[in-house]
Amino acid sequence: MPSGPKEVGSVSQAGILTRSTTIESPILRPTRNGRLQQEISGARIRVAGLGRRFETAHGYLDAIRGVDLAVEPGEFCVIVGPSGCGKTTLLRILAGLDRQTSGSLDLSSPGSEPPTNAMVFQGRSVFPWLTVRQNVAYGLKLRGVGRRERGAAADSLLDTVGLSRFARAYPHQLSEGMRQRVAIARALAVDPDLLLMDEPFGSLDEQTRFLLQEELLRIWEQTGKTVVFITHSIDEAIVLADQIVVMSAQPGTPKVTLTVPFPRPRSLTEVRGNPAFAPLFNQIWELLRDEVHVARRFEGAKR
Amino acid sequence: MSRRTRRWSEAMLTVSGPLVLLATWEWLSRTARIDPTFWPPPSSLWETFVSLIREGGLLGDVRVTLVRILGGFLLGAVPGVALGLAMGLFWPVRVLLMPIATAVYAVPKIAILPLVVIVFGLGESSKLAIVAISIFFLVVLNTMAGVQAIDPSYRDVARNLGANPLELFLTVALPGSLPAIFTGLRLALGFTLIVIVGTEFITPGDGVGSLIWESWQRLAIKPMFIGLVVTGLLGWLLTVLLDVVERWALPWQARE
Repeated sequence: MPSGPKEVGSVSQAGILTRSTTIESPILRPTRNGRLQQEISGARIRVAGLGRRFETAHGYLDAIRGVDLAVEPGEFCVIVGPSGCGKTTLLRILAGLDRQTSGSLDLSSPGSEPPTNAMVFQGRSVFPWLTVRQNVAYGLKLRGVGRRERGAAADSLLDTVGLSRFARAYPHQLSEGMRQRVAIARALAVDPDLLLMDEPFGSLDEQTRFLLQEELLRIWEQTGKTVVFITHSIDEAIVLADQIVVMSAQPGTPKVTLTVPFPRPRSLTEVRGNPAFAPLFNQIWELLRDEVHVARRFEGAKR
Repeated sequence: MSRRTRRWSEAMLTVSGPLVLLATWEWLSRTARIDPTFWPPPSSLWETFVSLIREGGLLGDVRVTLVRILGGFLLGAVPGVALGLAMGLFWPVRVLLMPIATAVYAVPKIAILPLVVIVFGLGESSKLAIVAISIFFLVVLNTMAGVQAIDPSYRDVARNLGANPLELFLTVALPGSLPAIFTGLRLALGFTLIVIVGTEFITPGDGVGSLIWESWQRLAIKPMFIGLVVTGLLGWLLTVLLDVVERWALPWQARE
């Protein structure tokens, strides 16, 4: 994975975004390789021949079939694919919320403990009946962390995602983008080895999405977690990923796995301005186009 | 319009509606354009009100009715919420009890008063029972619908972060269904008033309903009106009380 001080320096040059949270001294940030040497906390994923079959009124439906996937500790893996290609099913199996009907799943972490995970869900997931701080502290409360300690942990994360002022607010008082930040902070609060994100920015406007992508990159670069991230957006996939898995439609199977060559830490503007961006974008779109057609035909057939 | 002016205007309009109505009534009655025997001028009711409090035991009637409403409400609502939660959470319970609940829900509750009297006698317990029964299924069905309407992603979040079934119930199902529970309770409160006044009509003795009905039978129109006004005030007071409880229990709900 290419990375080094040279690229790091250019990040600040490209820092046209004015939010203080997103441009804070990237030069001092440890490079990805450096961080991996310090703390190895991310989970390692090995998935082989994974399938999930659902029973429906019209017979069986394979949401995913024959999925092979390898994600290394600390790696940022993005899965793109057409609607209904089983991306969410795969993520739910990784999260332990669903079980495969075939194949094997092996999650391990470099430490001896079995790895923990936390998922950021698509759409509404922040509890409307808890304050922002209570939402972020929720997982810690379930783990029996004391009130004061979990409050402090929540406050520090709220600071990270720029929501300190809203700690006592209820979700209905926030914008969609802010709620999504709460969801991310809540997942990070339990300090998972594996962060699973199901189109977390899908419902946001483009500008908010760009800001949150930058924040996510910054947080991830600081924490060393393994991330599996689902998106519809090719652009988002390239900006975030070390590894992009392009899924086929119905049943979902990884079609191609691509390595994204851009250095870390990244800035959005830098990646988009890179001459290698457009060819990569086109390559993924060519791969996806046929699948989108297939997916659409399937949806038509279902109706 | 500034916020303050708007508020002031709202308050004025709120008060002026009833005032205009009462003033019109007063004028029509005094000028005998409507029969003062049946429509006594509102101002003349004050005297009746005072004497009913002093000698007529009005406060006693109010207390008796209030106890029946609140007692019956609690006796119906608490188990109603419990059963509604169970039906919302566990499908076998739901499938087993749903036909009974929907069937009984459709029956006008005052119609089962004879049955209630057979079981509970003519005393106080039958009055508590009829109120409790009449709101029970309403609360059950609203609570159940509330549990079922909770977005499944909230449950997934809780499970993903390691919640056990009890924690799922306490941190997701219960708070998530509270808005629907309160909708049910609000409807139920209205029902308690209807049912208790109706019951007191049929089984005379004490209570505000009896005051209205017995006054009417003696053609004592003024005490009858006092009974009506007191009933209206009771309803209003109880609604306000429930509002306060709801605001306390649901600080997270979006309000105007």
